[in-house]
Amino acid sequence: MDAIILQVLNGLDKGSAYALIALGLTLIFGTLGVVNFAHGALFMLGSFCAVTLQKLLSLSFTVEDPTQKDFLGNPLKVDTPYIVSWFGDATGNAILNWSVPLAILFAIPVMLLVGYVMERGLIKHFYKRPHADQILVTFGLAIVIQEIVKYFYGANPIPTPAPDVFRGSVDFGVMIGFAQNEIIYPYWRLVYFLFSAVIIGAVFAFLRFTTFGMVVRAGMADRETVGLLGINIDKRFTIMFGIAAAVAGLAGVMYAPINSPNYHMGMDFLVLSFVVVVVGGMGSLPGAVLAGFLLGILESFASMNEVKSIIPGIDQIIIYLVAIIILLTRPRGLMGRKGVMEE
Amino acid sequence: MLGLSKKDTTFLLVVIFLTLATPILLQPFPENSALAQFNAGYPDLMQRFAIFGIFAIGFNILFGLTGYLSFGHAAFLGVGSYSVVWMYKLLNYNVLPGLVLAIVMSGLFALFIGYISLRRSGIYFSILTLAFAQMSFNLAYSVLTPLTNGETGLQVYNNDPQVLMSEGSPTSPHFFGIVMNEATKVDVGGWQFTFSNGYYFCAIIAIIVFYLSLRIFRSPFGIMLRAIKTNQTRMNYTGLNPRPYTLAAFVISGMYAGLAGGLLAAMDPLAGAERMQWTASGEVVLMTILGGAGTLMGPVLGAGFIKYFENIFSKINDSILHSWFSALPDGLEDFVVFVFHPFIGKGWHLTLGLLFMLVVIFLPGGLIEGGNRIWNVISGKNRKKKRDEAAHHPKPTSHVN
Amino acid sequence: MGILEVSNVNKRFGGLQALGNVNLDVAKGTVHAIIGPNGAGKSTLLNVLVGKLVPDTGTVLFNGTSVLGLKPFEINQLGISRVFQTPEIFSDLSVFENMLIPCFAKRDGSFRMHALESIASEKDIIEKAEHMLAEVNMADKRHMTASSLSRGDKRRLEMAMCLVQEPKLLLLDEPTAGMARADTNNTIDLLNQIHDSREITMVIIEHDMHVVFSLAKRITVLAQGTPLVEDTPDNIKGHPKVKEAYLGEAAA
Ligand SMILES: Nc1ncnc2c1ncn2[C@@H]1O[C@H](COP(=O)(O)OP(=O)(O)O)[C@@H](O)[C@H]1O
Ligand SMILES: [Mg+2]
Repeated sequence: MDAIILQVLNGLDKGSAYALIALGLTLIFGTLGVVNFAHGALFMLGSFCAVTLQKLLSLSFTVEDPTQKDFLGNPLKVDTPYIVSWFGDATGNAILNWSVPLAILFAIPVMLLVGYVMERGLIKHFYKRPHADQILVTFGLAIVIQEIVKYFYGANPIPTPAPDVFRGSVDFGVMIGFAQNEIIYPYWRLVYFLFSAVIIGAVFAFLRFTTFGMVVRAGMADRETVGLLGINIDKRFTIMFGIAAAVAGLAGVMYAPINSPNYHMGMDFLVLSFVVVVVGGMGSLPGAVLAGFLLGILESFASMNEVKSIIPGIDQIIIYLVAIIILLTRPRGLMGRKGVMEE
Repeated sequence: MLGLSKKDTTFLLVVIFLTLATPILLQPFPENSALAQFNAGYPDLMQRFAIFGIFAIGFNILFGLTGYLSFGHAAFLGVGSYSVVWMYKLLNYNVLPGLVLAIVMSGLFALFIGYISLRRSGIYFSILTLAFAQMSFNLAYSVLTPLTNGETGLQVYNNDPQVLMSEGSPTSPHFFGIVMNEATKVDVGGWQFTFSNGYYFCAIIAIIVFYLSLRIFRSPFGIMLRAIKTNQTRMNYTGLNPRPYTLAAFVISGMYAGLAGGLLAAMDPLAGAERMQWTASGEVVLMTILGGAGTLMGPVLGAGFIKYFENIFSKINDSILHSWFSALPDGLEDFVVFVFHPFIGKGWHLTLGLLFMLVVIFLPGGLIEGGNRIWNVISGKNRKKKRDEAAHHPKPTSHVN
Repeated sequence: MGILEVSNVNKRFGGLQALGNVNLDVAKGTVHAIIGPNGAGKSTLLNVLVGKLVPDTGTVLFNGTSVLGLKPFEINQLGISRVFQTPEIFSDLSVFENMLIPCFAKRDGSFRMHALESIASEKDIIEKAEHMLAEVNMADKRHMTASSLSRGDKRRLEMAMCLVQEPKLLLLDEPTAGMARADTNNTIDLLNQIHDSREITMVIIEHDMHVVFSLAKRITVLAQGTPLVEDTPDNIKGHPKVKEAYLGEAAA
């Protein structure tokens, strides 16, 4: 029992990331009818927002500290981040320490802007082109984004730690009546899960309770009808693209401490996210979220030693296997609507 | 000749000539000149032209003719490479058994993947092939290690059986004694030409498979595939089941990929799982689109283009840039070098990505279409005449070329 | 007993009864028109006949064998061809290539792997395709890309593609919709000539009464998914129910 709970928990953080990326993909898909192969790159950009902020905050100047000497007897050179000198030791270091959560504030405008530029500058011209063209051009864009990041940040993963308070683990087992140390779960993963839950909730609430959201949902159901009503759906779709980009970006920001950002992480996640979207059902937002979590958890179960010893290698292929089976038996996915992307 | 129309025969002869003369044609600059770095006439690079040309020709039979966009063809490339290395390990370094096995294995593998994936079309098909390829890649890296030697990659070890290996037989890949990595160097004036066995082996195979693809394009089967791309509804209501046609195209293109993968291992007796990664599938997509999907020469051009510039761009560095722009005033020179810097050396992929986007956006017909447009501009007089004609006559079908 | 027998066919789309208890008996060698207002279920009926839709209940017999559950390409192989309301042709292919495909389909069945044969060597097929193109007066357009044809020519091409298959039953869904008068008359002549020379049974859906009365030997009036009357053209003209359901509307 404890092992099962542990695996469920372990699957949650990856599942959260899948769910968030798939959610954005589905939004773009459902509203704009565009297959965005650059969505993984947006996730990656989010992670690098965290890296960037951390780098910016730790910009330092060097002073000689006459009170300390190095082993040669010269005054010791000390790097002091500007932040620390401006805000004082305590506040400055706290800001540095909390750079990842702070990067959320930094990433939102950045990602909205990236999304806006992408939609107006490129995607807009591909609404009427075949899906293959959309895949191809966004695939090219993904390569470009990825290479630009590589140019500035290098090819190696960049460790981006979470705030100190979240470094440890929570003994989750004790809370629900198990023995000590049975179910240990890192704090940050818990934070990530809660964070995703909030974002997902916010997106759904936004679509459900605002006029804007209602128009967008109507647009997802039937683009032409809404167009006939004279509502400026295109402008709303641009905003929607920005939001989808921001969701992917935020998923990336908070994922940075779990997986040290590297330039190709977007591609790695992209493939899986598409699989998630397909399993959930093209165009279904709840489907995307459900499938994200399900597949994350399934993956973590498959990597249990007990399972692996029965079916070797299952952890490597489980997600793809499920996707293939779903696609063949239920082409519409778990919760897909009729008529979305059916040929 | 050979069951081709006169025009196609000429076309094929030109292709044969160009392929065989490649070691000379790609060596336009004398050895000691500053431009020698743009020469591409060395075996390693020319072999890659031929091999990736084969890969792209095969991919084009599927994507160019039927419109089904596979993101999983690298899996077949990998299967081909593994097959060849296994034959080295079991028999000897003769490439023939391995290549035959590569084609057979990749064909079977493509039959399996294609049979399942082709139940869906459009983006679903792309994702299914992607899923299969990633699965193969992950398995090759993990549980299939006994077959693939995992991360290290498959290679020949001293204690391998190599049952057909005798005293005098070559200890590197060969074709009945013709050793692949041997070459004849010929110096003419300041030029040096390298005629490598490996290149000619690949080139001859490339010519054969190009000829086959030409036949396929011109055959009733080829028309069926193009019809499928255009309108599957009409296909069905004409009493034709599209599935066997698409599956046949899928298997043929998988066999081309397997052959290409086998040749990679025939040139260099190694096979690694990274060859199966989906980014490798992406590369053949890039080649085909860049050159011109659905045209005969496009994929070959695209493959050559990408492999050439990959090689050249990766070699250019800042000091070379400085030497090119040294005529400019210092400040400007530094600026120009600064601007070009991200696109050269390791930045080649950035250039490629941008180029690819530009092609998809502005030149959906690829380099071939670009060439045609330029040709039309050059022969401007002609065009005007044609336009006058077009006003009176119906527009003729553009021929696939 | 007719070549096509439709009995008690029902088809619902959600709450909408698109076909309600449709019975239809098409005699061999006749031209049978189905008329009715927009949304009456005419196209839906054709979709059932060609296997695009499966009815909720009922039977469809073609030459005495049931076609229900067969795939469209299998039904076509039995000898039913269909001309669509919006032309379905291979728009990226040339007119001539469009003609080749049904010729190959007719000769080779559903699949034949002729990947290494050249088209030029298929003399009989080429001849057949050329002959058919000449018959529909499109020989001069053989090299044109099908997408660049006029609407009327697209229809004509589609009709030629169906005819070259020598079907036993030809289904035509509004073959003259959107055509100019001259084109319409050409089409009528063409269909009459085809019918006279080949004895093909035709089921034709049409809005244009001029076309219907120039071609049809029998007429079924469909309204809201149910056949109202079936009779000869002369009797239909004066039929009060029909006037009410359809002709009256058109006359107004
Ligand atoms: N695939 C479908 N799904 C839902 N409703 C349909 C479908 N096809 C047709 N209908 C509806 O069935 C009715 C009959 O349509 P149709 O057969 O096309 O009429 P018509 O007689 O004009 O050809 C119409 O109300 C149409 O909206
Ligand atoms: Mg209709």
